[in-house]
Amino acid sequence: MSSQLIQNNFRMDRLPHIWCPGCGHGIVMRSLAQAIENQGYDKKKVCVVSGIGCSSRASGYMDFNTLHTTHGRALAFATGVKLANPELKVIVVTGDGDCSAIGGNHLIHTARRNIDITTIVFNNNIYGMTGGQYSPTTPTSEYGTTAPFGNIDKAFDICKLVDAAGATYVARGTVYHTVQLIKLIENALINNGFSLVDAISTCPTYYGRKNKKGSAVNMLNSLKENAVDIKAAEKLPKEKLEGKFLIGEFKNTNEPEYTEEYMKIIKKYQKER
Amino acid sequence: MSDRKVKLMQGNEACVEGALAAGMKFYAGYPITPSTEVAELCAQKLPLIGGKFIQMEDEIAGMAAIIGSSLAGLKSMTATSGPGFSLKQENIGYAALAEVPCVIVDVQRAGPSTGLPTAPSQGDIMQAKWGTHGDHPVIALSPSSVKETFDLTVKCFNLAEKYRTPVLLMLDEVVGHMREKIEIPNPDEIEIYNRIKPQEGDDSYKAYRVEEKEIVPRMAAFGEGFHFHVTGLMHDEFGFPTNDTDTSDKLIRRIMAKVSDNVDDIVIYEEKYMADAEYVVLAYGGTARSAISAVKKAREMGIKVGLFRAVTIWPFPEKQIRELAGKVKKFIVPEMNLGQYVLEVERVVAGRAEVISLGKANGEVITPDEILSKIKEVL
Repeated sequence: MSSQLIQNNFRMDRLPHIWCPGCGHGIVMRSLAQAIENQGYDKKKVCVVSGIGCSSRASGYMDFNTLHTTHGRALAFATGVKLANPELKVIVVTGDGDCSAIGGNHLIHTARRNIDITTIVFNNNIYGMTGGQYSPTTPTSEYGTTAPFGNIDKAFDICKLVDAAGATYVARGTVYHTVQLIKLIENALINNGFSLVDAISTCPTYYGRKNKKGSAVNMLNSLKENAVDIKAAEKLPKEKLEGKFLIGEFKNTNEPEYTEEYMKIIKKYQKER
Repeated sequence: MSDRKVKLMQGNEACVEGALAAGMKFYAGYPITPSTEVAELCAQKLPLIGGKFIQMEDEIAGMAAIIGSSLAGLKSMTATSGPGFSLKQENIGYAALAEVPCVIVDVQRAGPSTGLPTAPSQGDIMQAKWGTHGDHPVIALSPSSVKETFDLTVKCFNLAEKYRTPVLLMLDEVVGHMREKIEIPNPDEIEIYNRIKPQEGDDSYKAYRVEEKEIVPRMAAFGEGFHFHVTGLMHDEFGFPTNDTDTSDKLIRRIMAKVSDNVDDIVIYEEKYMADAEYVVLAYGGTARSAISAVKKAREMGIKVGLFRAVTIWPFPEKQIRELAGKVKKFIVPEMNLGQYVLEVERVVAGRAEVISLGKANGEVITPDEILSKIKEVL
């Protein structure tokens, strides 16, 4: 028997999902549903937009207005939806490759505009759907099917990228720290601007196997061991942070929101009807 | 009627006026010569009527955004030229498969690549038909004057709404930048077609089921309470992805049939001096202006030549050309490319008349004299 949360927010006839056993994406998707439910949004007004890849299949399972777009373009489609109808709560579900490689330009500019869209990055450091090629978040010297001798690229820090580009809410969570992840997504949804949660997920099938990371459980445990909360990190000496990554809320600010600014133009210049 | 507004304007301006008359409420795009005036005017005029304009980060995003806005319920348009048209192809295919009405204006300039950015061309004619991958329905119209640009832009929106498909307005730099007198029809003189929506609260609504005696699935907007799914994957009647080959077959054939079963409703053409014609100049867009001038001069010389002007480029006016092929001796096809549309004429004429190409792709228009010389040469 599935939980009330699943029954309330998912298309039961579309489940089970296509993700591999041990994949972290189900945890991110469930956390998103929990965050939406906790905030009590009118389901009629929630629109989930996704791109292409493992992450982006989530939109088909969730019982809202859902739009599964082309590779990398989810944010551009979502911008059209949001500007056309600002009453909608627009959420973009994307992956590391989808949003920071092929969709990198859209990511930067959606953040720059500060349009009220919440983006959840299902970040598993690999192109999973196509079978394990290195992505912009695959760490240097790790392996992928297209990096058979080790990756020589440097990895993107998606949080720093969107922070610099103008997002008003930036956070990172993991599929191990689910209580925190739900809270971060809720705060992202509340923020009236471009918000992004970099949700570190796990891909035992491709990334894990290719890089000898062990079982799905091992990979979850390594998230626990290597993630350091930003608040704790401030008090730690530099050497203690070697090989670790930061989680928590990096930015939560308030700036003029794009659709509201556009509405001001309409209010000022619209002719009497 | 005397109360109509009379103005001197460019084709690009007339396009925006037509779009507004048709009910456009959303424009997204990226600046590119020679289509930029379309974006500039939309930026200026849309907020005045409560509509929205957004300049996106690139051409791809412009196309993506109008699909999003159309799904949110607004009549939407983008405009571009050559290189931008190439970039939009991926999402044009998306709109075709997901059946999202929208209008794409391509003010053609000489290519390939950056080519001659300020010079006219009709080099995107085959791209309009085959630019995106896979089989997909295509409706493309090409005006020859400023007034016709207004009328056809309205028509593009109507066709997009009626057939739930992206519709292409293929301008060329000649028509886009030319200034002519135009009498703008009053709103009550303009026929408007709006997408059919499901009944409010209809629990049996399936986003991709076609109701009996209707051409396309009814289209709800996001936010109206129907939790439907839209995807660029092959999908079932609910809109959910499928790998099932029978469902895919049914879907691809259905979306193709929207155009192929309704050619008579979509195809617009014009014939001049055709009653006794032995020779036909088949032209479209800006080139048709030179063509009619050449035909008139040839007639003065006693040559039995007429003009067939394709207003709807795609679907091809197959029935009309097939019929003509049995009556006339030769077709001359002038176009600002090195022979694209002529291939389709050859296919349909199928050897029953001679088909002669008059192509030019150097950024110059084809002059009436060049067409006249060709007519005389092939007599």
